Amino acid sequence: MAYSEKVVEHYENPRNVGSLDKNDPNVGTGLVGAPACGDVMKLQIRVSDAGIIEDARFKTFGCGSAIASSSLATEWIKGMTLEQASAIQNTALVEELNLPPVKIHCSVLAEDAIKSAIADYRSKREKIAAIQK
Amino acid sequence: MSASIQIPIYMDNNATTRVDPRVVEAMIPYFTEDYGNAASRSHAFGWAAEQAVEKARDEVAAIIGASGKEIVWTSGATESDNLAIKGIAHFYRDRGNHIITANNEHKAVLDACKRLEKEGFEVTYLTVQRDGRVDPQALAAAMTDKTILVSVMLANNEIGVINDCRAIGEIVKARGAMFHIDAVQGVGKIPFNVDECKADLVSLSAHKMYGPKGVGALYVRRKPRVRLTPMVDGGGHERGMRSGTLNVPLIVGFGKACVIAQEEMAEEAKRTFALRERLRLGIEARLTDTYINGSMEHRLPGNLNMSFAYIEGESLLMGLKDVAVSSGSACTSASLEPSYVLRAMGVEEELAHSSIRFGIGRFNTEAEVDYVIDLVVSKVERLREMSPLYEMVKEGIDIKSIHWAPH
Repeated sequence: MAYSEKVVEHYENPRNVGSLDKNDPNVGTGLVGAPACGDVMKLQIRVSDAGIIEDARFKTFGCGSAIASSSLATEWIKGMTLEQASAIQNTALVEELNLPPVKIHCSVLAEDAIKSAIADYRSKREKIAAIQK
Repeated sequence: MSASIQIPIYMDNNATTRVDPRVVEAMIPYFTEDYGNAASRSHAFGWAAEQAVEKARDEVAAIIGASGKEIVWTSGATESDNLAIKGIAHFYRDRGNHIITANNEHKAVLDACKRLEKEGFEVTYLTVQRDGRVDPQALAAAMTDKTILVSVMLANNEIGVINDCRAIGEIVKARGAMFHIDAVQGVGKIPFNVDECKADLVSLSAHKMYGPKGVGALYVRRKPRVRLTPMVDGGGHERGMRSGTLNVPLIVGFGKACVIAQEEMAEEAKRTFALRERLRLGIEARLTDTYINGSMEHRLPGNLNMSFAYIEGESLLMGLKDVAVSSGSACTSASLEPSYVLRAMGVEEELAHSSIRFGIGRFNTEAEVDYVIDLVVSKVERLREMSPLYEMVKEGIDIKSIHWAPH
C-alpha cells in the first residue's frame, strides 16, 4: 500500500510521543482500541485552570496511519479549549492525511481517543469538586 | 558493514524469486529464434519447440522423481491446484463426495474446495497443530468411505513449515483416496519424491524456484492411472487435461530452473539455512519478546516468520522500507483480518498482527542479513517506545486483564 506523504512524515517524525502523569488531577487519559484488532491508542491531555489544553501526548500500537492520526490529533488539540477539541471530527483527519477508505477506522479511533481523554479529565474534575464540597 | 549492499534488499523469496540469469539465458532463443508452436507437426519450427518442451518436461519431472509423461503444463500453481482438486472431484464424484484439506492451505486450494462445497461436495478442513503441521492421526480419523481426495501442502507459504507427506500418503492410499500435494514452496529447496509420498497429483510453480512467472505444472500419476476432468477444453493438448498452445520460452525456463535447483539444492539449503539462523539469532540476541511462528524443526531452510510483541506489523514494514518482506498483519490486506495461516495454528490475534515473514533465497548475502538485523532491531525499539502496550507491560500491567473494546 502506498502511503500519503503526510502519513509518512508523521510516521518518520511523530509529534508529541510520550506520556503525562496519569495521576495528575489536570491530566486526562484516553485509551481506546484493542490489541486483537491491531490498534490501540493512548492519548493524554494536560488542561490549564482556564480550560485550555496546554499539552498533549500519545502512544500508539498500530499501523502507520494510526500513528499519523494520533500524532496529528495531539498537534491539533494543543492550545484548544475542551469544547473545541471535542468538536474535532475524524473526517478532518482523513482529509488532512489523505487516508484511503481502508484506513478511516484509524481516524475514528483518534477522534475517540480525544473524546475519551476529555471525558476522563472531566470525571476527574467532578470527583475532585465533589470531595471539595 | 559491507559497502556492497544494494538497497532495496529483496528478502521475500516465499512470495516470488528473481529469475536466475542462467534461466533467462536458456529462455531467450525461444522468443526470437525457435518460436514455433510445439503443436505444429509439419515444419522444423514446430519440431524445435516440441523438442524443447519435452526436454523441459523431463527436467521438471526429474526433480520430483517422476516421468516426463506425467507432467501437465499449466499457467502456474493456482491453476494446478484448481485442476487437481476440481478435476478429481468431478471425475470421481460417483465414488464419493468427501474431500479433506487443512485450514492453513493456500487460498488456491481452500477456495477451490469452497467452490466444490457449493456443488454439493463435503469438505473437512483439518485444524493444524500448534506448530503449523497437519496431524496424520487427525487426518486418519477424518477419512471416510466417501473420501475421494486429500489435499495437503508440502511446505506452507507463510510459515515455511513442512508437513510429513510420507506419513500422510500412507494413510490416504490405505483408504484408496487420491492424494494431492501443493508442493510449490518445497520443491527445489528440499528433497521431494512423488513415490515416497505416494502422491497422485503434485502442483508446482516455476517462479518460486528462480524460474519465470506464468508457468507451472501438475504432476498426474500414470501408474496406477489418475484421471481428471479438464477445466479448459480445446485442442486436446497435454493429454486432453489442459488444452492451449504451450508457452515454450516459459516452459524452457521452468526446466532450466529445475536443473539448477536439483544440482545446487544441497549446498543452497545449507547456505540459506545458515543465513536464516544468522538472522534469527541476530534478532533474538538484541530484542526481547519475539516469537517464532511455526515449527523450527520442520521448516524450509530460508524461511523465518517472527512476531514482535507490542508493535503492529504494517508499521514495522513502513520502517523497513529498504527491505522487501511481508507481514501477516491485517493492515497489509484489504480484509482487516490478520493472517489466517497464523490464526489457523492458534497464534493470538495481537501476535498475528505483529508478524513479519522473511524469505531468504539464492541471491541473499551475509552482509544483507546483517543490515536487516540492525534495521529490524532499531525500528522495533523505536516502535516499542511509541507503543502503549509496551509501556503497560513495563509498568507491570497485564494487557490481557484489561477490558478492551473491540472496534
